[in-house]
Amino acid sequence: MNRKLSKSRSVINGITVFAVILLAWIAVTEAGLLKPIILPKISSIIEYWINGFAENNLLTDVLVSLRRIVLGFLLSAVIAIPLGILAGTSQMCNSYIRPVCEFMRYLPVPTLVPLVMVWFGIDELAKVMVLFLGCVFQLLLMVADAAASVSDDLLNAGYTLGASKWDGLWTILLPAALPRIFEALRMTMGWAWSYLTLAELFAASSGLGYQILRAQRFMQTDAMFGLILLIGLMGLITDRLFAMVDKLVFHWKE
Amino acid sequence: MPVVADGKKEEEYGLNAKLASSKIEAKHVGKVYKGKRSVITAMEDCSMEVLDNEFVCIVGPSGCGKSTLLRMLAGLDFPTSGQITVSDRPVTGPGADRGMVFQTYTLFPWKTVEENIAFGFQYNKNHIPKDKQPEIVEKYLKLIGLEEFRKAYPKELSGGMKQRVAIARSLANSPEVLLMDEPFGALDSQTKASMQLLLRSIWQKEKPTVAFVTHDIEEAVFLATKIYVMSARPGHIKEVVDVFLPYDRTLDLKDTQEFIQLRRYVSSLLDQTQLTDG
Repeated sequence: MNRKLSKSRSVINGITVFAVILLAWIAVTEAGLLKPIILPKISSIIEYWINGFAENNLLTDVLVSLRRIVLGFLLSAVIAIPLGILAGTSQMCNSYIRPVCEFMRYLPVPTLVPLVMVWFGIDELAKVMVLFLGCVFQLLLMVADAAASVSDDLLNAGYTLGASKWDGLWTILLPAALPRIFEALRMTMGWAWSYLTLAELFAASSGLGYQILRAQRFMQTDAMFGLILLIGLMGLITDRLFAMVDKLVFHWKE
Repeated sequence: MPVVADGKKEEEYGLNAKLASSKIEAKHVGKVYKGKRSVITAMEDCSMEVLDNEFVCIVGPSGCGKSTLLRMLAGLDFPTSGQITVSDRPVTGPGADRGMVFQTYTLFPWKTVEENIAFGFQYNKNHIPKDKQPEIVEKYLKLIGLEEFRKAYPKELSGGMKQRVAIARSLANSPEVLLMDEPFGALDSQTKASMQLLLRSIWQKEKPTVAFVTHDIEEAVFLATKIYVMSARPGHIKEVVDVFLPYDRTLDLKDTQEFIQLRRYVSSLLDQTQLTDG
């Protein structure tokens, strides 16, 4: 049923869809079927990018956003990975940790934003905290699953070679769970972009999310499109980076 | 005293039981599972020993607890009564003195073949000197015939190759006893036969003390110097069968009269246990 597709062929197919959308866009805007305020010309979006990076400090906003995302993401990882491994390897720890996480991960993060502002103000910390709260619980549960999925016999093989429980944790469980932990990090990074924009739509004075809001106030549709596409592109690039590291580091994966 | 064919001395068959000391011993071992409403006696008064340099096979119907018994010897499971000792020390948990090969593939996938064979060294720094380690790895790579695959990762190996590396990994650690839990159970019959041949030749060269669990009677008769036959519910040792077959074993042996007779005999013991239990 599902025919195998060569790699080059699937890349070509993907590009084709982008090209069709782009052509339709150009056709519609050039023919004047839609007002620029609804759908701007592609040329004016490109113009916005050029002006933005050359004159309007768009790069600063990109860097501000990147810093927030990296900080929020790292903070989640630093908390979620050790606690997740504990939950995944000890039923006792799991019974403490899991229920809270299961509850928290179903809380929509936007409901927490006002509270975060009361607690942490409107500074950088507040933005990092929105990201952190959005990512940490989901990540923790995925890390716990990754740790729990390491087969008992793999650990037992280590114990019968002379490993202590502690050795087993560091020399067997961790390396064996690492590919799945890395996959969890990659997924979390994807969500982190959503939470970043969310954090920047509230009470921010810099960053890409803030710039989108500002463009809306001035009805600059071309700027809004330019910023949305920029965020999409940056998300895509980070995901590709993760995929490359995955292939390089975990080449031994079955 | 069983009759030895051809009037050869027992030692020529690899049986030097009278001189050997007991390596690993289970004494009146029992295992009881307590549920909410019921108490299940899975194993009762199970006693066995493996002597120095012996190749012991444990056979029995499924559910008789043969794997549980082996895991107890390894220290991965514990009896509710009785005692397990290795060289007269009581077993309290797993250790490098009892290497184990599992039915599932347990190579460390992030390590190459040679790194897998050397994996135990990091835990036994005093036991195996650093300068001897490459030599040991080399020796076992050669023994299992995978020199060309030294840099390969487990994902590039077939099932039989993976088990060969697992055997080498255990032996390189020089355990006092090698425990094997149906290591060839997941392999196709041809690979299985060649693995049996290889394991027997490794045993003849290196003389490790082996306890090998299988449900395959032919496999047990081919490999063992002694067979423990277990029966189920509650699991216990029903009979001990000494295997007096030629010391050098080739696959042709499986077609000889004496092999077939012994196989039928062990089979009949198992059938009896299944009849009385069923």
